[in-house]
Formats: sequence, structure tokens, C-alpha cells
Amino acid sequence: MNQVDLQRRSFLKASAGAAAIAIAPGMMLYQVANGQTAGASGKVRWGMLIDTTQCKTGCNDCVTACNRENGLSGKTGPTDSQWIRKIEIKDISSGRELSLPMMCQHCEHPPCVDVCPTNASFKRADGIVLVDKHRCIGCRYCMMACPYKARSFVHEPLHDQNPDVPRGKGTVESCTLCVHRIDAGGKPACAEACPNQAILFGDLNDPDSEIARKVRSVASVQVRADLQLNPGVRYQGM
Amino acid sequence: MRELREQSALLRTRGSLAGFLKALSVLIVAWFALSVFSPAQAAETAPRLDIGKGGECVKDPQWMRKNHMHLLKHQRDETLRKGIREESASLKNCIECHASTKDDSVIAREDSFCVGCHRYEAVKPDCFECHSGTRKSAWLRQRNGK
Repeated sequence: MNQVDLQRRSFLKASAGAAAIAIAPGMMLYQVANGQTAGASGKVRWGMLIDTTQCKTGCNDCVTACNRENGLSGKTGPTDSQWIRKIEIKDISSGRELSLPMMCQHCEHPPCVDVCPTNASFKRADGIVLVDKHRCIGCRYCMMACPYKARSFVHEPLHDQNPDVPRGKGTVESCTLCVHRIDAGGKPACAEACPNQAILFGDLNDPDSEIARKVRSVASVQVRADLQLNPGVRYQGM
Repeated sequence: MRELREQSALLRTRGSLAGFLKALSVLIVAWFALSVFSPAQAAETAPRLDIGKGGECVKDPQWMRKNHMHLLKHQRDETLRKGIREESASLKNCIECHASTKDDSVIAREDSFCVGCHRYEAVKPDCFECHSGTRKSAWLRQRNGK
């Protein structure tokens, strides 16, 4: 290798380094200036702990808050969307009655995602199970697969949606855990609305979070734990 | 003899018809050329938009006219599937500025920001089957007023 080639190589190296130094802070600043967020993190697992002993029979505040937040009609007919619904259960032998909210359980291994033919049903890195309505073809396989009957199909054209919550005819939808609120640092509308703070929302993966500490200290169950879907929503006192 | 006369008359009419067609075609070509190349004509037929707050935001208007759909499509997947809520190419933020100052919408009228051009180009955007075309601040004001 002659002298000219060596010089050329060192010149190219030096100029590439200088360019990287010049561009890198600019890229960082660009991202900050354009409000770019890091996105959903795989280190987080959003979940809920629902204290059924604090959930009152006849109280519907979580459902009302959900309907208002997400623009649902609030009707409960067979063709109306219900993202969260109150369920009354009774143990026949003991006569013990319970009232609890039921919604998408945000499983770690969601059957709705398994069966979706277009990859519209998906799980975000932080454990939230969503429907990509740009891809959903409305086949409703996921509604069949869900053991919690958590999903609804939009039958009628919609108008005047919440700008944060796009919804449309011909697609399947369900509880989004108020993903637009979570990404803005908030918590789901139902958890905020519960008068008895029966719904505790937080990061199950963070050992110091309130929900993780409570899950460690009190007995709680997952609904249909036998299916081994590992839902992110847990119930206490059931 | 009579036959000959008739034939020549026919030829004459044919000749005049051909001439007329030629003139017509020249006129049509000239009209097309004028309508394509004259800026005055273009300005008359181009859509007039109620752009709300105008000006350059992401890129210059001509670039945006051509490429906004690519930005929106890229952004929608990033936001929905990865949770990356970048503000610059978010549909919600586009609407926040470009919605009409009269009715807070990008789709309500013939000259609304999205409708005006899309009708002119005969391209139907599906965004607003699901997405709200209303400015978020105005929508929230209306809901909280209820």
C-alpha cells in the first residue's frame, strides 16, 4: 500500500468521525424539539388490581366513566359496544354475592392475538392488548377466542368521536386501558372514577409500585387462571 | 351527368366538413394548451381552502401536498403499534392547526382543509370514518360544556 492510499484512508476516517460528532447532537435536539416520545417500553407491564370487597353492587361509575371517555353510547343491546361491564355473581352454596367490573384482561398470551388473521389484534410492548383498526377486517375471530367476552363489534357508522379515541364501523374494539391517557402519564378513566378506589392501576413489573406491593401482600386471583393466559388484571377477594 | 353533379356536390360538402373538423381540432388543442399552461386559468379552477392556521410547519406546502399521506401512514403505525407519539406528523396535531376557525373542522364543508383538495383530486380519504375531524380543544370544550 502506498503513501497516497494511507493518507486517503486516514482522511476519510477523520472526516467520518467529524461528521458523526457534528450530526449526533443535532439528531438528539431534533427528536426533543419534535416531541418524540420513547414509545411503549418492554420493561413495563401495565395492570390492574380490582378489590371486589370495595366494589359496590349497583354502582356503575366505572362503566359511565369509560363510556364518556371513549365515546360509547352506554346502551347494552346485542349490537352496542361495551368495553367494561358490571357483573353480579353469587356462590350458590354459601349465598355470598359479589359485584365486579369485567373488561379486557390484557393477557400476556392473548388468544385474540393468536387467532387474528391480519395481525390487527396485537399486544404492545408494555402489555396493553389493542386492535389496529387500520388492519382489522371485522371477521370477529378475536371475539370468539376471548374467554372474557371483552370485545365488541361496531355495527353502525359513528360520528363525533373523541379525537383521542378513534372508533369506526366494521372493526372490533375493546378496553384499551385508556392507552391515550397512559401515554400522557395518566391512569384509566375507570380507575380514576371509582368512588371507593377499588381499581388500582400501575406497573406490575416495578417492585416499588403500589400495585406490585399489594399483589405481593394480599391474595388475588386471575379470572380463568386455568387457561394460563396470565392476565394483567387481577381480582382481590373473589 | 346528373350523377356526376351529385357526386361533386357530395365531395364539396365532404371537403367543407373536413375543413370544419380540422378547425375544430385546432381550436380544441389550443384551448387545452391554454388551460394547461396559463396560470390565470389554473388559479380559477384550483380549490380555495379554509386552511385555519397556514404557513410552513413540517415542510413547505408544495412538499406536503405531495407527501403528507406518507407521513401520516408512517406515523399511524408508529403511534398505534409502538406507542411513539411524535407530535410533528400526528393527525390530531395537523387538525389542531388546520381546522377551520369558523367550525373547528377539517371535513365539515366543501372548502374545509381536507375536503377541498380531496374532492378536487377525486381521492377519498378514509381517515375520518374513525378519526375525528374536529379540533381536539374545541371537542373537549363542547363535551365538558354538556
